Amino acid sequence: MTIQEIQEQIVKEFSYSENWMDRYNHLIEMGKNCPVIEEKYKTKSFLISGCQSRVWLHAALNDGKIVFTADSDAVITKGIVNLLIRVFNKQQPDDIINADISFIDDIGLKEHLSPTRSNGLMSMIKQMKLYALAFKTKAQTKGE
Amino acid sequence: MAFDINKVRADFPILSRKIYDKPLIYLDNAATTQKPLAVINRISEYYTRENCNIHRGVHLMSQEATTAFEDTREQVAGFINAPSREEIVFTKGTTESINLVASAFGRKILKKGDAVLVTGMEHHSNLVPWQLLCQEKEGSLKVLPFDEKGDVDITVFENMLSEDIKIVALQHVSNALGTINPIKEMISLAHKRDIPVLIDGAQAMSHLKVDIQDLDCDFYCFSGHKAYGPMGIGVLYGKKEHLEFMTPYQSGGQMVDRVSLYETSFNEVPFKFEAGSPNVEGVLGMGAALTYLEETGMEEIMAYEDDLLDYATQKIKTIEGIHLYGTAKAKIGVISFNIGEIHPYDVGTILDRLGIAVRTGHHCAQPVMDSFGIPGTVRASIALYNTKAEIDHLVEALHQAKNMFT
Repeated sequence: MTIQEIQEQIVKEFSYSENWMDRYNHLIEMGKNCPVIEEKYKTKSFLISGCQSRVWLHAALNDGKIVFTADSDAVITKGIVNLLIRVFNKQQPDDIINADISFIDDIGLKEHLSPTRSNGLMSMIKQMKLYALAFKTKAQTKGE
Repeated sequence: MAFDINKVRADFPILSRKIYDKPLIYLDNAATTQKPLAVINRISEYYTRENCNIHRGVHLMSQEATTAFEDTREQVAGFINAPSREEIVFTKGTTESINLVASAFGRKILKKGDAVLVTGMEHHSNLVPWQLLCQEKEGSLKVLPFDEKGDVDITVFENMLSEDIKIVALQHVSNALGTINPIKEMISLAHKRDIPVLIDGAQAMSHLKVDIQDLDCDFYCFSGHKAYGPMGIGVLYGKKEHLEFMTPYQSGGQMVDRVSLYETSFNEVPFKFEAGSPNVEGVLGMGAALTYLEETGMEEIMAYEDDLLDYATQKIKTIEGIHLYGTAKAKIGVISFNIGEIHPYDVGTILDRLGIAVRTGHHCAQPVMDSFGIPGTVRASIALYNTKAEIDHLVEALHQAKNMFT
């Protein structure tokens, strides 16, 4: 599925929620299903800054596609990072770099979009795109 | 004067706001308090009728604004029972007041090998400036520990007052734990060894009666916005002898006496610390806030808040798995807690959706959180307009949050 298709799928999933509490419960469930980062990566260098709760994010390149894993000590934050992982996982670096992330607003969680919001959603997206850029640059350097 | 909660609530227009269609329950008062109409109107009045730069204008409006500004200095001095208006310096807030002292006083008296003594519960504002000063002067920072309840031990404090200590900097009231420190006793002990004491009063002003002459502290710092006044204005009280001894902190207009191209003589205290055009609206707004506190009655406010804190503590304690941080003997209305293993951020997010504003995180007191081995807490902090009904809603909401995460 493309990034756009996954975003649409998530929006559809959330459209079944009748109210904010359903949405958050769904997010909490998402948090529980997050592909968890290996313990050895839960270090300072994999921490995303700008989050009130700690979020660790790891990325690896597999067959030209990026595989993300993450963890957070707050469940809602973990749910949010897992949503992003679902969107970006196993996508090519270029597609991630150019992706327009619109689903957060569409699923009624736009209060998390503010750049100062302490869960650091914006920082997470930025970090994922940075990983993509790094992998892309690395591939190009190798190719030269 | 009887404390009328309905009247008080009506004085704060923001309290009628709805958050996600629910009535706002504002329990983040240790971060900043809401403003009564009297303050909002005072600022509006200033810009509607009086706006002028002060001190230098020959025209009537400037004279009026100058009078109002300087009257507020007098009012602040009276409010905290400072000996004189010359000892009241207007700053941006507590942080600037402390930085001013660390820079203009600390730098002058601290020598290599000297030390500054603080408590382990300081807000970063009363910690980092001293850390930087000690680094610069090759001195050391000494830290008075506190126990699991959030109390300091006065005997330990006394024993720590060694000869190398040149400044003691203490939080009057802890923003993370609510502890009211026994500063009067501590000041007196430090003075026996001729050590000057700075008090960070940011959290005290809206909750306690502060009497500078009774405390006899050397410096007292507070912010307008934490005591129902506007943002961006604060006070440094300093003993006149200290203020006169200190060199200017920032330079520019207003703080000078005579300027030639190559030399400048400085204005008298407090003006030599007030460089540039001042925050007139802030000063006047803060004055209105102090009048509001006076008219409402500090004694009445303290009694009301004490009762509310007791009620809230008892209610919150009934939640299974709750852990309270800060159960000192003397406290203001700060309730810091966690529920089981649930991250404070998760709790705060759900409370927000229920219209309840609390603070989550380390509350700019990371060493305090470290000492408990936690990343942070949920902090509900009360003000004179909060009610028992709001506390009931909070407790209900906490149960709801708990159910969602367990």
